[in-house]
Amino acid sequence: MLIEAENLSKTYTLRKKTGRLKRERATVEAVRELNLSVAEGELLGYIGPNGAGKSTSIKMFTGILSPSGGTLRVAGLEPIRERKQLARRIGVVFGQRTTLWWDLPLRDSFALLHRMYAIPDARYAENLKRYVELLGLAELLDTPVRQLSLGQRMRGDLTAALLHDPSILYLDEPTIGLDVTSKMVVREFLAELNRERGTTIVLTTHDLDDIERLCRRVVVIDHGTVAYDGELSALRNRIAADRTLVVDLARPGPAVTVPGATVTRVDGPRQWLAFPAEANAAELISAVASRYELVDVSIREADIEDVVRELYSS
Amino acid sequence: MIVYALVARQTFRRYVTYRGAMLGGMAANTVFGGIKAFIVTAIWRHKTVIGGYDLRDVLTYTFVAQALIGPMSILTNNLDIPARIRSGDIGTDLFRPVDFQGYWLAQDFGRAGFAILGRSLVPFVAGALLFRVRVPTDPRVWAAFAGALALGMLVSFALRYLAAMSAFWLLDEKGVTGFMNMLTMFFGGLTVPLVLFPGWLGDVARALPWASVILVPVNVFLGKLSGAGLAGAYAFEAAWAAALLALGRLVTTRARRRAVVQGG
Ligand SMILES: Nc1ncnc2c1ncn2[C@@H]1O[C@H](COP(=O)(O)OP(=O)(O)OP(=O)(O)O)[C@@H](O)[C@H]1O
Ligand SMILES: [Mg+2]
Repeated sequence: MLIEAENLSKTYTLRKKTGRLKRERATVEAVRELNLSVAEGELLGYIGPNGAGKSTSIKMFTGILSPSGGTLRVAGLEPIRERKQLARRIGVVFGQRTTLWWDLPLRDSFALLHRMYAIPDARYAENLKRYVELLGLAELLDTPVRQLSLGQRMRGDLTAALLHDPSILYLDEPTIGLDVTSKMVVREFLAELNRERGTTIVLTTHDLDDIERLCRRVVVIDHGTVAYDGELSALRNRIAADRTLVVDLARPGPAVTVPGATVTRVDGPRQWLAFPAEANAAELISAVASRYELVDVSIREADIEDVVRELYSS
Repeated sequence: MIVYALVARQTFRRYVTYRGAMLGGMAANTVFGGIKAFIVTAIWRHKTVIGGYDLRDVLTYTFVAQALIGPMSILTNNLDIPARIRSGDIGTDLFRPVDFQGYWLAQDFGRAGFAILGRSLVPFVAGALLFRVRVPTDPRVWAAFAGALALGMLVSFALRYLAAMSAFWLLDEKGVTGFMNMLTMFFGGLTVPLVLFPGWLGDVARALPWASVILVPVNVFLGKLSGAGLAGAYAFEAAWAAALLALGRLVTTRARRRAVVQGG
């Protein structure tokens, strides 16, 4: 096992000002009793609602935040105590911020990493060439990081995280703010990295498309603990989310009443009707048509977002 | 080791990119050097020697001190640690396979190297042209001076590092870094030359780490220290540097256990 967390917990202590001099201590249990094991070569989707504790747990996995309880081993090492050894085994990309040096051209940032991680020269040259090619960075190598666009910077950050051939790559929202093309480049790149090099990847994202395209296994974190851990397909089956029938009526009116469906939203003449995935859509449409004057219909299949929303809210 | 040299060089280059920022500091250091030179000239008018310094010595002290404001970072803390803690960027520094304190030391030496070229030469040369300042002619004195300077820079870094690391515990570290800067200004002998400190206060000041920042390098520069005296001065600086850097390591370990890496 590459990552093994047992009853991992993190409590933040906040000191709030309550009066002129008085201060009150409050605690936030960001991660509580989290159990997780990740095997070599996995590409894990690590998802959950805002504030669930994803970033906090990733910070503990990388050895930059010390746990308040439980045990944690990453690549056989104890992250906080063996930070420097661990650092050589992991790569980290935070979508929200860069790990590169703001004022240095990409090329110089990479050169610095070359020395920092003591990457053998031949290996470094080969990796750099490969990632620059795959991620289309060739024209950007002499640009200071502060002049790169978000998508360009992200590709730079990915390269920086991989030059030393880490066995584990942590990605905390790597596709945040990227356009469709850049997202596709990044996704394809990650899939190939996992397939060809066997790099274990822990991927956190709010873009469930990322998860659907890349991950077989998903771990859903909620309130600091594991709410679901298993195959993506099983998650979909477990929560049979409703399908939605969108109807455009001739005139705006109150919510329609038809057996076997409930109205979830009304917007002028348009209404949204939720109905069970296994029910017959044709029957429902004719039931609506027989009672109301119908102009248009469309059906939306339950997608992973509905599944996850359902899971988050339960 | 290569990596620390490379970090120092990259920091040096970063400061070269933003060299405009240094012009103001350089001008101020030069002008204040002139003002202080008039003051010490007035003080020395009735006496030829005070605390072992004649007028030429103290004028030299004045302009070397002005030249050291930049490299020794006497007036400001100059370490980005607090800002990086607040922004959460400190996380990046923590997952690199380098020694945290060594990484910041390397950056500080890169910065200091730039400051010597960018901020020290003009105030000193201006002072030497306008006032009667001693400039060593013996290359061995210059070499000894370089050694005292490097050790003094270690002490200066170690002190500022301790102050900056307080940001791991305090939401606002400005009080601590400001207090440290004030101590350096006073006990370093920037506001009033250390030789003017009376009796016991002078003795105390000469034993404190801040003496490494201006007084020891200046005494070497003036050729007052050689042979055993020089070795003793080096030992004094090295001992303070070792003690303060060791304390810094202890603080680093504790900070890492309680560090809260912001953001995400
Ligand atoms: N530095 C901090 N000090 C105090 N509380 C914090 C700190 N960082 C995070 N928290 C709290 O810990 C909880 C988990 O935060 P975390 O950043 O791990 O969430 P997340 O799952 O990454 O969320 P998101 O999807 O919004 O990025 C939240 O309730 C948050 O308010
Ligand atoms: Mg997060």
